Amino acid sequence: MKKVEVVTDIMSANDQIAQENAETLRAHGILTVNLMASPGAGKTSLILETARALDGRLRLGVIEGDVASRIDADKVAAAGIPVVQINTGGACHLDAPMIRQALRALPLDEIDLLIVENVGNLICPVEFRLGETLRVMIASVPEGHDKPYKYPGIFTAVEAVVINKMDLAPYVDFDLGALHEAIRGMNPRAEIFEVSCRTGEGIGRWAEWLWAQWQAYRPAK
Amino acid sequence: MHELPVTEQILKVVLDHARKAEAHRVVHVNLVIGDLTTFVDESIQFYFDFLSRGTEAEGATLHIRRIPARVRCHACGGEFAPDGVDWRCPHCGGLGGEVLAGRESYIESIEVE
Repeated sequence: MKKVEVVTDIMSANDQIAQENAETLRAHGILTVNLMASPGAGKTSLILETARALDGRLRLGVIEGDVASRIDADKVAAAGIPVVQINTGGACHLDAPMIRQALRALPLDEIDLLIVENVGNLICPVEFRLGETLRVMIASVPEGHDKPYKYPGIFTAVEAVVINKMDLAPYVDFDLGALHEAIRGMNPRAEIFEVSCRTGEGIGRWAEWLWAQWQAYRPAK
Repeated sequence: MHELPVTEQILKVVLDHARKAEAHRVVHVNLVIGDLTTFVDESIQFYFDFLSRGTEAEGATLHIRRIPARVRCHACGGEFAPDGVDWRCPHCGGLGGEVLAGRESYIESIEVE
C-alpha cells in the first residue's frame, strides 16, 4: 500500500468558482452580501426595509434562493428591484455555480449593492462561499438567545449579526444581554444590529453601516 | 444534506490523485474536519459509499480526524478549547475570542494499492 499526499480543501471546487464570482462582482464595483438566517427570520423583509432606508443612495440587486416558489422574488420585484430567483429544488443552500448562473441574468452595470438571500438554514449555507464581500446573518428574537452556542459555525463565520423582530422582545422569553454576550464571545469582530423590520426600528443604523461598507469598498466604476 | 455535493467533490479529488499515482484501488481516505464546521462524519461516509460504487474508491474507508475548536481569548491572549455553551476563558474568565482552529476541512492523504 502506498500513501499519497493530497492536502486539498474539500470545498475547493466551489471556492474556485466563488473566487471567479468575486472577480466579476469586483469588476462591476458591486458590494455583495450573503444574507443567511433560519426560515422566517425576516431575510426578505430586511432586504425590502434596506432598500427603503437606502432610498436610492445605492442601487440594489437581489438574488433570491429558495427550495421552491417565486414568492420572495415577486415581493422584491414589486419594490422595483432587479431580482433573480434561484430554486434549488431541494438543496439546502446556495453554491457558487448557482450564483455564477444568476449573475448572467442581472444588469450588473446598474447595481451597487447585491444582496443574496440564501436558503433559510443555519447550517449548510455556511460552508459554501458564493463570491460575496460580506456574510451577514439574521438572528430573530423568537428564535431565542441561546442559538450561537447551538450553531457556532454560522455565528463564528459572519461579519455582522442582525437581531430582527425586536418589537416582539417583550412578549417572548428572550434575554437580549445573553445573546449579545454569546455573539461577542464567539465572534468579537462581528457588528451587531438590533432592528425590527415591522416598526423600522434600527434599520437606519444598519443601512448606514452598509453605506459605510460600500464607501470603504469604493468601486472604481 | 449538504454533504452530498461535498462528498462528490471529495470523491473527485480522491480519484484524481489515485489515477495520478496509477493506483487500481483506494483503501483509505484520510480527512481532517474541524468541529466548528457543519459536516457530519456518518453522512459523508454514507454518500461516499454510494457515490464510489464502480470506481477505484469503492469500499474505501474514510478516516476522519476531528480538530477540536481552539480559541485565543481576546482579554488575556490565552488559548483554550470552548466546550459547548462554555466559551469562557479558563485563564481569566473573559468571554470567547478569535477562532484559531476548528474550521478545517481538507483531504490530507489517501492510501492506495
